[in-house]
Amino acid sequence: MTYQPSQLRLQREAARQKASRRSTTIALLSTFAVGAVVVLVVTGAKGFQLVRQSFFSWHYAVHSFPSVLSGIWLNLRVMIIAEIFVLIFGLLLALARTSKSPVLYPARLFATIYTDIFRGLPLLLVLLLVGFGIPGLQISWIPNSAVLLGTLSLILTYSAYVAEVIRAGIEAVNPAQRMAARALGLTQRQTQQRVVLPQALRKVTPPLLNDLVSLQKDSGLISVLGAIDAIRAAGIETAQSFNFTPYLVAGAIFVAMTIPLTRFTDWLTRKQDKARQQQGRW
Amino acid sequence: MTALELRNIRKSYGEELVISDFNLTLERHQVKVLIGASGSGKSTLLRCINLLEEIDDGQILLDGEDISAVDVNADKVRASIGSVFQAFNLFPHLTVLENITLAPRLVHGTEKGQAEFDAMELLERFGLSEKALQYPDLLSGGQQQRVAILRAIICKPKLLLLDEVTSALDPVLIAEVLSLISELKGDGMTMLIATHEMGFAKKVADEVLFLKNGQVLEAGTPLQMLEDPQHLALKNFLFALEQAGRL
Repeated sequence: MTYQPSQLRLQREAARQKASRRSTTIALLSTFAVGAVVVLVVTGAKGFQLVRQSFFSWHYAVHSFPSVLSGIWLNLRVMIIAEIFVLIFGLLLALARTSKSPVLYPARLFATIYTDIFRGLPLLLVLLLVGFGIPGLQISWIPNSAVLLGTLSLILTYSAYVAEVIRAGIEAVNPAQRMAARALGLTQRQTQQRVVLPQALRKVTPPLLNDLVSLQKDSGLISVLGAIDAIRAAGIETAQSFNFTPYLVAGAIFVAMTIPLTRFTDWLTRKQDKARQQQGRW
Repeated sequence: MTALELRNIRKSYGEELVISDFNLTLERHQVKVLIGASGSGKSTLLRCINLLEEIDDGQILLDGEDISAVDVNADKVRASIGSVFQAFNLFPHLTVLENITLAPRLVHGTEKGQAEFDAMELLERFGLSEKALQYPDLLSGGQQQRVAILRAIICKPKLLLLDEVTSALDPVLIAEVLSLISELKGDGMTMLIATHEMGFAKKVADEVLFLKNGQVLEAGTPLQMLEDPQHLALKNFLFALEQAGRL
């Protein structure tokens, strides 16, 4: 017998379609209304023409694009290297903080103080301290490249965030999992590596990726140390023309670079949610 | 040959005494069943035996070796005792096969191919070989619990501890799990079982122990316990089981 939707189901679907048409109409209308208000307010502003010229000039956008683009290449390298180190250090910090062994007490103490400090310190301050403080010490064998020290600052700060995310994941794993593993004779370390961590990392992948997106855009801050990245390149262009459009060009490229990771994060979150909840209307 | 001997076990959580003056002897190939209301100390006792809890006083001997000694290697002891829990506690990120082969490979150093061969043999015997590559979430409760039991016995433990392994299941699934345990008894597995299934206890138990407030109030063959309970507490307990239709 072929599938015959029941009368009730047909009615319900018709009702749902009607409701969905109605919400689409409302969404369209409200979007249009809000958009119209924004356009009217902005274009009606007294300084609109001036702002348009100094921030949205096509001429300067085209002119600055090549140098901003070559700057972004530096950002790209910085973000990839920083991401790798952040994941490693963040994981180590999280493991140290959640360890129970007395031998690791110093590590636990260090990890706790470290995350407290670097989660609280503004990134800009870390950049200045590391970028200008370390070369100021005048120790010959420590490199004083702005790029290197800027990347180091990013790693220092973001490791603290990532460590906290991973720690939350470790603590969210059901204690019964640990008990079952120990009951099988697995050691503390084997339990952590083979049972707890894999589950923890799966749980926190979306917030972890979110931190990486944030790290990507903050890679632009190394420009304050004088590294010629996209932001700095835009700044140089601006200094020559007194037109701010190059900054917007850099901004657009940053957004374009973070979007793939953002979308991937969204997709992953949705997939996990779907796997967790069965069908239903809630 | 004595597999397990408990001598004057005492265990308390802070002020609260959970188990006191507990004695028990389990011969090899013997099956004993612990019954009693929730909070009577059954689960705590089982967790003390595989050293997931530390006892405050007394001695636990496994094959004559004092495993409650201070300097004992707890990981090694646990590796020789199988444990199954009410909530299955399978590892959700591993397939059925990986769940079963984890301990052989990590704890007993069995080579991957050999461990998988052994695991498949067990799965096949209990009609679960089709599920080998699936993740536990996709299995029914009864299947999950059977996998958990196989995970606990693959390394041929000296003793198998079952802690209310059917309490989270419906009657049909309970039957699946109980028939597996009966087969294990046929294999000669030494078992200590905490359960509310008296009918099952009647079938597999060599002795039934009724626990109250962390002590054995009454012990005997299943038939003795069912037909001629001595203590009021046991009579009441059996009556309650009967009312719940579990006798």
